[in-house]
Amino acid sequence: MVKPMPRLENCTWSCSCAARGRHKNQLEKTAVGLAAKVGEMLSSSVSSSPLTLVGHGTRTPSTSSLRSSSTNSLNLNQHLVQRSLVLFAVGAFMALVLNLLQIQRNVTLFPEEVIATIFSSAWWVPPCCGTAAAVVGLLYPCIDSHLGEPHKFKREWASVMRCIAVFVGINHASAKLDFANNVQLSLTLAALSLGLWWTFDRSRSGLGLGITIAFLATLITQFLVYNGVYQYTSPDFLYIRSWLPCIFFSGGVTVGNIGRQLAMGIPEKPHTD
Amino acid sequence: MTLTEKLREKISRAFYNHGLLCASYPIPIILFTGLCILACCYPLLKLPLPGTGPVEYSTPVKDYSPPSSEPGHQQGDPSERPDWYLGAPVAYIQQILVKATVSPWHKNFLAVDVFRSPLSRVFQLVEEIRNHALRDSSGIRSLEEVCLQVTDLLPSLKKLRDLLPEHGCLLLSPGNFWQNDRERFNSDPDIIKTIHQHEPKTLQTSATLKDLLFGVPGKYSGVNLYNRKRVVSYTVTLALQRYDSRFLTSLRSRLKLLHPSPNCTLREEHVVHVHFKEEIGIAELIPLVTTYIILFAYIYFSTRKIDMVKSKWGLALAAVVTVLSSLLMSVGLCTLFGLTPTLNGGEIFPYLVVVIGLENVLVLTKSVVSTPVDLEVKLRIAQGLSSESWSIMKNMATELGIILIGYFTLVPAIQEFCLFAVVGLVSDFFLQMFFFTTVLSIDIRRMELADLNKRLPAEACMPSAKPVSRSQTYERQPAMRPATPHTITLQPSSFRNLRLPKRLRVIYFFARTRLAQRLIMAGTVIWIGILVYTDPAGLRTYLTSQVTEQSPLGEAGLPPMPVPGGVLPAGDAKLALSVFPSEPVQLSENQTQQQREQKEGPSNGQPEPGTKAEVTWGGEDEEIWRKLSFRHWPSLFSYYNITLAKRYISILPAIPVTLYLNPREALEVRHPQEANRYHSFFPSSLGKLEAVDRPGEALPKLQGHRDVTLYKVAALGLASGILLVLLLFCLYRVFCPKNYGQNGLSHSRRKRGDLPCDDYGYSPPETEIVPLVLRGHLMDIECLASDRMLLVSCCLVGQIRVWDAQTGDCLTVIPKQGLRRDSSGIFDYQESWDQSPDPKNGLEDPFDNSHQLKRMLSPPQPPLFCDQPDLTSLIDTNFLEQATVVAPEPRHRTVCSRHKDTGYNFGRLVEKVYEETGSARALSCGTGEGGCSARRKSLGDEPLAGFEKSSPVSAWAGDLESSVWSLDLRGNLIVAGRSNGKLEVWDAIEGTLRCSDEEGQSGITALVFLNNRIVAARLNGSLDFFSLETHSSYNHLQFRGTPSRSSIPSSPMYSSNDLIMCQLTHTVPCAHQKPITALKAAAGRLVTGSQDHTLKVYRLEDSCCLFTLQGHSGAITAVYIDQTMGLASGGQDGAICLWDVLTGSRVSHMYAHRGDDEGWGEQGWIWDRGWGSRDLGCGASLGVISDNLLVTGGQGCVSFWDIGYGDLLQTVYLGKSNESQPARQILVLENAAIVCNFGSELSLVYVPSVLEKLD
Repeated sequence: MVKPMPRLENCTWSCSCAARGRHKNQLEKTAVGLAAKVGEMLSSSVSSSPLTLVGHGTRTPSTSSLRSSSTNSLNLNQHLVQRSLVLFAVGAFMALVLNLLQIQRNVTLFPEEVIATIFSSAWWVPPCCGTAAAVVGLLYPCIDSHLGEPHKFKREWASVMRCIAVFVGINHASAKLDFANNVQLSLTLAALSLGLWWTFDRSRSGLGLGITIAFLATLITQFLVYNGVYQYTSPDFLYIRSWLPCIFFSGGVTVGNIGRQLAMGIPEKPHTD
Repeated sequence: MTLTEKLREKISRAFYNHGLLCASYPIPIILFTGLCILACCYPLLKLPLPGTGPVEYSTPVKDYSPPSSEPGHQQGDPSERPDWYLGAPVAYIQQILVKATVSPWHKNFLAVDVFRSPLSRVFQLVEEIRNHALRDSSGIRSLEEVCLQVTDLLPSLKKLRDLLPEHGCLLLSPGNFWQNDRERFNSDPDIIKTIHQHEPKTLQTSATLKDLLFGVPGKYSGVNLYNRKRVVSYTVTLALQRYDSRFLTSLRSRLKLLHPSPNCTLREEHVVHVHFKEEIGIAELIPLVTTYIILFAYIYFSTRKIDMVKSKWGLALAAVVTVLSSLLMSVGLCTLFGLTPTLNGGEIFPYLVVVIGLENVLVLTKSVVSTPVDLEVKLRIAQGLSSESWSIMKNMATELGIILIGYFTLVPAIQEFCLFAVVGLVSDFFLQMFFFTTVLSIDIRRMELADLNKRLPAEACMPSAKPVSRSQTYERQPAMRPATPHTITLQPSSFRNLRLPKRLRVIYFFARTRLAQRLIMAGTVIWIGILVYTDPAGLRTYLTSQVTEQSPLGEAGLPPMPVPGGVLPAGDAKLALSVFPSEPVQLSENQTQQQREQKEGPSNGQPEPGTKAEVTWGGEDEEIWRKLSFRHWPSLFSYYNITLAKRYISILPAIPVTLYLNPREALEVRHPQEANRYHSFFPSSLGKLEAVDRPGEALPKLQGHRDVTLYKVAALGLASGILLVLLLFCLYRVFCPKNYGQNGLSHSRRKRGDLPCDDYGYSPPETEIVPLVLRGHLMDIECLASDRMLLVSCCLVGQIRVWDAQTGDCLTVIPKQGLRRDSSGIFDYQESWDQSPDPKNGLEDPFDNSHQLKRMLSPPQPPLFCDQPDLTSLIDTNFLEQATVVAPEPRHRTVCSRHKDTGYNFGRLVEKVYEETGSARALSCGTGEGGCSARRKSLGDEPLAGFEKSSPVSAWAGDLESSVWSLDLRGNLIVAGRSNGKLEVWDAIEGTLRCSDEEGQSGITALVFLNNRIVAARLNGSLDFFSLETHSSYNHLQFRGTPSRSSIPSSPMYSSNDLIMCQLTHTVPCAHQKPITALKAAAGRLVTGSQDHTLKVYRLEDSCCLFTLQGHSGAITAVYIDQTMGLASGGQDGAICLWDVLTGSRVSHMYAHRGDDEGWGEQGWIWDRGWGSRDLGCGASLGVISDNLLVTGGQGCVSFWDIGYGDLLQTVYLGKSNESQPARQILVLENAAIVCNFGSELSLVYVPSVLEKLD
């Protein structure tokens, strides 16, 4: 009775982003895996990463040096691949970390078990998250360029870091704070997500895309839950939790922010050196 | 004026005044701010220090009752009561402390007898406890009802399944080692092995199974073979669910009755409640670490934007300090007003920092450094502040609004967060305004001072004409002499990144930053810190005790916790058990079995009754659980999946039990195998005569593993230390260049302050390039020209020297014609001019002499051109046009033009004009605002003076001999244009004048010598086209071989016996309104650039003006044209225009120097982009060697830059004596040598190494 608990919650978290002690989910073993899968797909759209920042830091100079040495011929494909790799890593890492954010503390005394719980979710969780993050992160600059309105607002890495931190903070809050009821939680998260968008994005395309992502992800979740793949313990919005779209939205905005910065960040590199 | 504007105005004014204040009194303000911070942080002292150590609180055991769970209904003094003391504890811990000894001791007893029989009694004791029941009026209460019922062990603890109780009461005793089965114990051949079988092999700080079951620290238990005191102590630990005082009292009295402890003085007064903090595990650490990584990344990306300040690190530190101390102030203020932080500070801290942000600080810095540098520091700060005031206020209002919205979420945690954030924001604003601004002003002042030290007095070097507002790197050029308008000196901070080969760069990085040393130092400090902090006997316990000192903890406070793994040697003297020599045991009133046995003991006829022992109880035994690891209880409960985090347990006073065992009993329980293996080796306390002499083999084997662990750790540490040292040594040998020391010597001779090395004072050895110095000129070198083979230089005297560009030998000295007559006169004259800087004094005299040229004093200049030297007076209105048109000579040879070479020295001509006219540097800022105009005005006299100084020179020189203003070289012919308008053609080898043309009378400012054509641009804006004509036939021309590369086109060689005629073919009388500053020819086109902001394109054959290109808003300083008809021009306005020569349209237009001078990266980028535009508006001391190598002249040095990266590759110092002289002209030769005009010397610098590396 003791043991399975954290594991379940841990997995379901990745969908819910706020499982914690609130949901005593009585999922079957099979449901767990699927739930995790759903979770990733969704939360991957949500995720963004801090550590990849490290990855990014190492990567970007190399790309820039490559670029500048290659006599101006900016290899677009290579650039694209690198960006998507970075985004993928961001998403995958974020899935793991935000997962951990939800883990209950009663596992702390047994390190080997902790390590086990980190990777307890199915192996495809991080890849799915990463893929979704890559797609979203490439989509944002792409749409920007199609709309012909390049995103100019606060285009710098410091701002991106801030955005990521706020996103992690939203997840953190949703996971660790105790709210009186679901409505309050959902409203707060919605306000926070909108605040995130207003603070760091402020573009119509960003808003639209974020809403679209949130809508699609919610739809997928509903679909999966409807098919019995997975269920929430206390659904208050058809089959899922009502605050889920907010998390998706803010995640979409964050990943979009990273993607945009990556898309434009490299030409700026010579300056920053 | 709307309300917003009014507000804006007011805010801006207030900020301005504030900036003035801050910059005026930096030290008092910083002190004031520091005091404010300290005062606001003072309430923090009351907060518990962070740490995960347990906190204690004790209450008297008399009429103790569990506290109620509502905070409101607390009895007692609430001030002493910790806030966690609410509700029932997780468990009550009742320990029964047993001390047992075999008494009297026979000297032939074995070592195991010390503990075997005492341990055997535990089973009986446990039975007694289990079966204890309280009978009173309410019925029978047994232990089962009050004790803590445990269920399953954690599944991962399978190996402990037999040892820890899995069902029923949580009752621990050493008997659990044998499943509470006496038979098992009796049949156990090796007790020590059984006990130690679950001990961890490694050093471990958490509680071990032995500690758990014994309930006392391992070294106190006495269960080892060296227990000289022969007292064994252990506890039976009982966890109770409910506090039933009557049951416990009855248990206590019964046990005391059964096993009396006569001399026990334990005070049994206090229940100690121990509260455990939440321990941070890996699972929670990872998100936490992630948020902190994000935080650091944020800080990194923010602070790296701080630029153009004296100490980047200092300002970054100040920014971080600002944010951090504002947070501390926020917490302190909140605490002061009665808000107690309930959030986990470590968790929300990164979010708080991110919310507060570093943006304002950066904006402030940027705004301040972008103010005009020539202002006073005070004014700069004030201006910077006021210009950003509106946005700062707006941002702050926005953030406050957002946070206030967050406050209305009505979630307590978020509300608290918002509260902290609001107070933090406000205090951050306060700190920004007072602390950071002041620090910034100090920094700016330091930078000014440093700059002042580096350069000449500001009045002398400040260029007066500043057409475009440049970044300060341009204006702050040290020693910018008016005579060298195009000098680019190097910005010292840009020396930081060197693009050497990767390997070298890594090495230099290591060497420069002393990275290894610093890392090791930091690592050591952190390591020591961790050791001190985590040491159970160390800081953490101390801190905990400090924090909890309001709870009465007994007389001695907290004794240091022992290291549970037993690093200390066993048998510590601290154990206050003492064994007294035989004294009759004081009989208690109850007849116990023990007493009977004791009586029987001697009567049983043991051969020799040994000493009798008495067990004493001291104050140390009172709370023996304190000596346990602080993780003892959490780990015990965690085995049953009960967390103690943020909860507490109550530890009841221990029940002392004393057991005396008689020797016969000890003998009875002795295991048969033990007699064989162990031998009694304890010397009897009476006589040592019969001390057993064969303990030998057992001893080393049975050495307690604690000691071994200690030695192991020590040995491991030693070994790793040695390894580390060796490794570092090897690294040092591998990484450090062999000639490390010598180079350090060589350039340590230089004054450090003058070295443009990096901030660490370390400059890489630059021995790879040694400049070759060509000496010979008496005066400063005026102009330079070269082709591949030869290098021609001319000094102020007019002496022309021809050098071999490869070897640096001086081939020919062409004496000035008038040298015989009056060469020194020029010297004297010029020196006299140098000595008398006041233009008015010396002005009249030369002007009287200038009867050849009619001049007038400069009229008031039109405002449009106020920033330019007034050259109108130089225009000779009486210029007689020489219209002798000679038919162009139809000799066109297929000589590949080599414009690329000559393309580099374009600016020399420009510069020369500038030197002559004394006009100031063109590239400095000019859109002066009212603030700086006063100063400008004072400087405005300078160019006038310079101009007037130079014009007499030319005028006077017309009498005697003119100086050479321009040079060009083709083959063996040198064309020199003189200031009196004379064009001379010299033979480079023989030094003879081949021909000359004296028709023009205006000084020749620029020359182009292409094929057999010479185009001379004169000061009055006219162009003369000459053609060289030999009287011998064309066949006589020889072609000089090209030794190095076949691709180099050959040059025509006019044999010396040919007669060369120089004929003026065309004259364009008024090509430009102002003097022509740039002249370039290629592909049959001639491009002229003039000070009248236009370019003109001529056809070379018939001097027909094809286009007039307009587009620059300043004088043209540089022109470049290449074979593909690409034309680029650079102007004083800093713009570079690319033109299409075929159509005369402007292709593109860019500004090389934007406001923020990120420096060379950008510039290099532009250079790269602008395929042919190798010339910028910035001037002469630039050169491009290969596709990606750029040379710039600096203060006594030249620097090589990588164009692609914009990094500095290498700096070559040209000399030691005259470092103050900038390298004014740089000429790039084909063999990658660079000629720098360096005072009166020329320096040949070969850059083979750089080229190799880059290729």
